[in-house]
Amino acid sequence: MSLSKIKFDKKIVLSFWIILIALIIAAPTLLPVFRLNLLGRYLSLSIVALGVDLIWGYTGLLSLGQGIFFALGGYCAAMYLQITSSSEFPNNIPEFFALYGVEKLPFFWEPFRSPVFTFFAIWIIPALVAGLIGFLVFRNRIKGVYFSILTQASLLVFFNFFNGQQKLINGTNGLKTDVTQLFGQMVGSESMQRIFFWITAILVIAAWFFAKWVVKGRFGNILIGIRDDEPRVRFTGYNPVIFKTIIFSIAGGLAGISGALYTVQSGIVSPQFMTVPFSIEMVIWVAVGGRGTLLGAILGAVFINYAKSLVSEALPASWMFIQGGLFILVVTALPEGVLGWIQGDGPRNLLQRFGLKRKIETYPSLEVNNKEGDNE
Amino acid sequence: MELLLDSLFNGVAIGSVLLVAALGLAIVFGLMGVINLAHGELMMLGAYTTYVTQLIFKLPLLKPFYNSYIIVSIFLAFIVSGVVGILLEKTIIRKLYGSPLETLLATWGVSLILQQFVRSVPLAYGTGLVISLIIGLFLPATFPSKIKESINFKYFKFSSWILAALTGVLTGSIISSSVSKLSRASARNVDVTAPSWMRGQVEIIGTAFPKTRLMIIVITLISVIAITLFLNQSAWGMRIRAVTQNRQMSDCLGISTEKVDIITFGIGSGLAGVAGVAVSLLGSVGPNVGGNYIVGCFMVVVLGGVGNLLGTVLASFGIGIMTDLIGAGRLLSIWPDMPTPLSNTINFFATTSMARVMIFALIVIFLQFKPTGLFPQKGRMVEN
Repeated sequence: MSLSKIKFDKKIVLSFWIILIALIIAAPTLLPVFRLNLLGRYLSLSIVALGVDLIWGYTGLLSLGQGIFFALGGYCAAMYLQITSSSEFPNNIPEFFALYGVEKLPFFWEPFRSPVFTFFAIWIIPALVAGLIGFLVFRNRIKGVYFSILTQASLLVFFNFFNGQQKLINGTNGLKTDVTQLFGQMVGSESMQRIFFWITAILVIAAWFFAKWVVKGRFGNILIGIRDDEPRVRFTGYNPVIFKTIIFSIAGGLAGISGALYTVQSGIVSPQFMTVPFSIEMVIWVAVGGRGTLLGAILGAVFINYAKSLVSEALPASWMFIQGGLFILVVTALPEGVLGWIQGDGPRNLLQRFGLKRKIETYPSLEVNNKEGDNE
Repeated sequence: MELLLDSLFNGVAIGSVLLVAALGLAIVFGLMGVINLAHGELMMLGAYTTYVTQLIFKLPLLKPFYNSYIIVSIFLAFIVSGVVGILLEKTIIRKLYGSPLETLLATWGVSLILQQFVRSVPLAYGTGLVISLIIGLFLPATFPSKIKESINFKYFKFSSWILAALTGVLTGSIISSSVSKLSRASARNVDVTAPSWMRGQVEIIGTAFPKTRLMIIVITLISVIAITLFLNQSAWGMRIRAVTQNRQMSDCLGISTEKVDIITFGIGSGLAGVAGVAVSLLGSVGPNVGGNYIVGCFMVVVLGGVGNLLGTVLASFGIGIMTDLIGAGRLLSIWPDMPTPLSNTINFFATTSMARVMIFALIVIFLQFKPTGLFPQKGRMVEN
């Protein structure tokens, strides 16, 4: 994987940021509410994609269970909203409890009356769960595909549990948030959705900087070391278990934030967030965007989901074919994703194939340093 | 006693479905190191093959043999899933040996395509396509060696594909015009009805066993015995084991590893088809039928220890019996006066989905103590 990046001028970077911020501020006026809401959802999905990129693209751990942490974050947010706006229902508890004859709020939901607790719970609880699962798995040196299978199995455990527990979390129906109140406003209302969009956009940028900070420096180097040759990292005196657990719980926390943002914008959280296909989809966003490139994860999540909604509107049956084809294509032809392909030698090779650019006639080792220069 | 027998039978029945489904996966995963997430969809193809066979056997010409359709469909399902598996190996998986995570993603893509395929293509034309695949892949192999060695072999191959395509289109349209149920695409689930001799129950020592369950157990037994014999007694089985142990050395000794890969993957996929027949007897068949089994199958393989058939057998029966014990709350009826907190816990897990939660949790705990399963592989290869 190519580590060299094209260095941009400071002015270009600055103007890029100005345009980006201007677009974010202006988006609610430019886009119709429906599209804005979709864009907001997809931006929140890009946060979970960042987490997947951290653990898969940088550390080489293919988790097929990120849906667990995504849904946990969503459930935390949704339960807080349900509880705070339940004052008119009997017993001051959310409406659905009455359907199953529950009269008292289950004890573990009690702390969710507090907004401060919820604010922290949204990312700390998924991070803790991820840390626990990760530690148990990594401690036994279970890795590679076994790790993937085990995360998928844990996903199914959580899915079945959440699906079956009507009395605790409304089971398969999930928790609705769009008619709940937050700060005296309906969560599903247009003005609230606009605010959520801005919050999401800011958090995506924040998460991006955070992820950049994580993969930078020695910590990031060890992660890449674990990905490329784990025994060697261990023999050098580092304990991969700790690093893997930390990065897995960071990814879990990011997934939790993402799930909470997605929930308030889609209006519902349900065990459907923990289905097997959804968690694998997260991987394909990163794979298409470019694993090991943080920007690729964000762009991949947003563009693929937008493409999904556009294609599904026009030709409902064909999206599965396209998605399946994407999986195969990305693995066989574009293993580094679109962004990785652009950053690497992709465009040059393509031009060479059509005879538009001369072949590089240097040793492979010199090639790397000369990439931006002339063909000599 | 009767209760225990009943419970044991149910457990074995659940376990044998798991086993027949996991058997192909164990071979592909254990011998080739390939994670085939499309395995569930190959099962689905097997189940649909049963359905199509059943409808074709209702045609006037084949009506007298209707009762034997289930036997025929076992072989057909093996061939259909096997051929699709071989195609998969030839086009995609071959490029990805040595990188299991990539095969995992690519086969997931294949599974999505297969699911959508049965939803949006009429089954009659799907049948036609499969028939042309079978002919196209196998016809060149039956040519006399004189043709095979001539320089014009590729033209023969090409013309055999054209012949295959024509046959496929022809059979597809014949089926779609004669069986109206197969002429339209539908995403709805379909039902396979067992022939009359398989309906009803058999009484053994005072307990009634449904015949379909017994049939599944028989199918599983035959598959396990056949595959064990094949791997341990036949020449190709020996070659497969040799390639598993040391690919380069086998290659040097003149074993065609390419052929071994195709055969291994074809047999693994074919077994998925046989599992599909078993699954079709249990409930209705839909595009998602395979997805319900795939994770359970992987757990069986991981629990049993990769590359070990005995482990797979023990693991699937273990999981089956545990599922029945927990899911049906049988412990309560075996030991009625247990303390309240314990019985509450057991009641809490006494549904199908909660039993799954419990089983998976138990497996994860078990793997804490034996990370490589019941029968781990030994030696230097293990680290990879």
